[in-house]
Amino acid sequence: MIISVASGKGGTGKTTVAVNLALCLEQAQLLDCDVEEPNAQIFLKADINDRKPATVRVPEIDYKKCNFCGVCQDVCAYHAFALLPKKVLFFPQMCHSCGACSLLCPQKAIQEIDRPIGEIEIGQRNSIRFIQGKLTVGETMAPPLIRQVKSYIDPAFTAIIDAPPGTACPMVTAVKDSDFCILVTEPTPFGMNDLQLAIETVQKLGIPYGVVMNRAEPDDLRTRLYFKAHDIPVLLKIPFDRKIAELYSVGIPFIEQFPEYRTKFQDLFLFILDSTKVAA
Amino acid sequence: MKQIVVISGKGGTGKTMLTGAFAALAENKVMVDCDVDAANLHLLLHPSIKERNIFKSGAFAKIDPALCTRCGQCSDACRFQAISSEFAVSPIACEGCGLCARLCPVNAIRMKENTAGEWFISETRYGPFVHAKLGIAEENSGKLVAKVREAAKEIAEKNGATHIIIDGPPGIGCPVIASLSGVDLALIVTEPTLSGLHDAERVIALAEHFNVQTQLVINKWDINPEASEKIERYCESRKVPVVGKIPFARAVIESVIAGKPVTEYTNGALKHDIIKIWEAVGC
Repeated sequence: MIISVASGKGGTGKTTVAVNLALCLEQAQLLDCDVEEPNAQIFLKADINDRKPATVRVPEIDYKKCNFCGVCQDVCAYHAFALLPKKVLFFPQMCHSCGACSLLCPQKAIQEIDRPIGEIEIGQRNSIRFIQGKLTVGETMAPPLIRQVKSYIDPAFTAIIDAPPGTACPMVTAVKDSDFCILVTEPTPFGMNDLQLAIETVQKLGIPYGVVMNRAEPDDLRTRLYFKAHDIPVLLKIPFDRKIAELYSVGIPFIEQFPEYRTKFQDLFLFILDSTKVAA
Repeated sequence: MKQIVVISGKGGTGKTMLTGAFAALAENKVMVDCDVDAANLHLLLHPSIKERNIFKSGAFAKIDPALCTRCGQCSDACRFQAISSEFAVSPIACEGCGLCARLCPVNAIRMKENTAGEWFISETRYGPFVHAKLGIAEENSGKLVAKVREAAKEIAEKNGATHIIIDGPPGIGCPVIASLSGVDLALIVTEPTLSGLHDAERVIALAEHFNVQTQLVINKWDINPEASEKIERYCESRKVPVVGKIPFARAVIESVIAGKPVTEYTNGALKHDIIKIWEAVGC
C-alpha cells in the first residue's frame, strides 16, 4: 500500500500529515520525495545509517573516436549539445538521460557515466524506515531523484510519500503509482484554488483521493458545501491552533502532545484501506 | 529597470501575499506570476485577459498500430518506461526524447508537438500582468517561466516601467532557477520555523550560486520570536539583509478571502510594515 501526501499549494501541511500519519502506524516506510526542500527529517529525527549518492546517466565523449559529425547534437531533443569545430560542448543540466546520443553515435564515441545530482539518506526511527532525497543546490532535475527515492519502497509494508508542492512533473513523479493520495489543503481561496488543480492531476493519474483540511475554521459552510457538491471525501480536519503552529515551528510532530489525534489518523488509515479495497 | 523576484524555498510562507501588496504599492511596474503550476496572484489582482497564447513545448510519441510490427525495439530503448506491453505510449511518462521514433524499423512512430499550457497578458487596476497556466501534469515549467518573463520584459521596456515584480514558485528546482536567473534582487520570504530556516538556507545558497543579490523578510515572526532571532543571526552571517518582519495577523487571511492586496485591506501597523519593506526592496 502506497499512500502519497500532496497539495498543489505549498505550506498547507503535507509534511505534518505524512509524519504524524507514519507515527500512528505500527510499521511504515516514510519517503520524503520533496527533494528540493525535504523537511520530514526535522520532525521524524530518524537515525540516518546509510547515505548514497543519487546520480543520473550522462554522456561522455571519447575524443579519440569523435569525428565531430554532429549526430549527437541533432538527435538530442533537449538541446544539451553544441558542436564546435574541435569540441562538443555538453550542458548536463539540460540532459534527460534518454540515451539517444550514445546509442546513435555512428563512431561509438559516447559512453554514459554517472553524474551526481543529490543524495539519498536512509534511516530508522522505531518501527519507521525513513528514506529521503536531497537535490544538490543548483541542480534542476528533481524527477530522476524522486524516482530513485521511490525505488526503495518495500511492497511488504505501507509506504507514506511526502510529495513536493505543485502539479508539475516533480509532484506527478512522486504521486504516480500510489494506491491513494491524501490532498492537504487550507480553507483560503489560494488553498482551494490549488486543491482543485491537484484534484484534476490525481484524477488524470487515476488515483483515488481524499482531503485533509488543515487550519480548519469552525463551521466553515463555504468549503463544506464545496466538498459536498463535488462529492469530495474529507478524511480529517485539523483546526487552526496556535499550539499546533508552535510545535511545528520547533519540529515536534503534534500527535506527541495531542494524543487524541492518534485514533483520528488510524481511522483515516483504515478508511483508506477500506476505500482502496472497494476500488480493487 | 529593476527586476525583483519573491521566492521562499518552502511553500506557503507568504510570497503571493507580499507580491500582491507590492502590486498595490509600486508605481510604474509590470507584475508577473511565475508559479505556473499553482498560480494564485490572479486571485488578488483580478486580471482581465487581453491576450491568450498557447504554450507549445516538447513532444510525445504516438505509435500507429496499423504499421507497428511489435518488434519491441522502442520499448527496450525507452528509458522512461513510457511504452506499454501493448505498444501504447503513456503521454505522462513520455519525455519526448524521440529515440523510439528514430529506432522504429517500420516508421510507425511519430512525434507529436505537445500543448503544455497557456500564458496570458492581462490588464489589472494595478497595471499590466503576465501570467500562465501550465497544463495538468505537464513538464517544462521552466520554459513557460522564461516565456512569461520575456513577455513581461518587453512590456516593461515599451512602457518605460521602473520595476518588474515576479511572484516565484516554491522549491529550488527548474522553475525557480528560471524565475531567478538575471533578476536584480531575490526577496526571500520565510517563517520562523525549523522548516522555514532550513528551506531559506537552501534558497539563499541557490541565489548565491547564480550570483543574485538577496534580501529577506520574516513573515509571522511573532509565532516563534526565538526562531526569528535565529534566522536573523543566520542572515547576518551570510550577509543577507533582513528588510522586514511581518507579525502574524488575522487581517492577512481576511484580505486573501476578500481577494485584495493586504495593504488595501487594512490600515493598521501591518500596512506600515509592508510599506517599509517595499521602500527597502524597490529602491
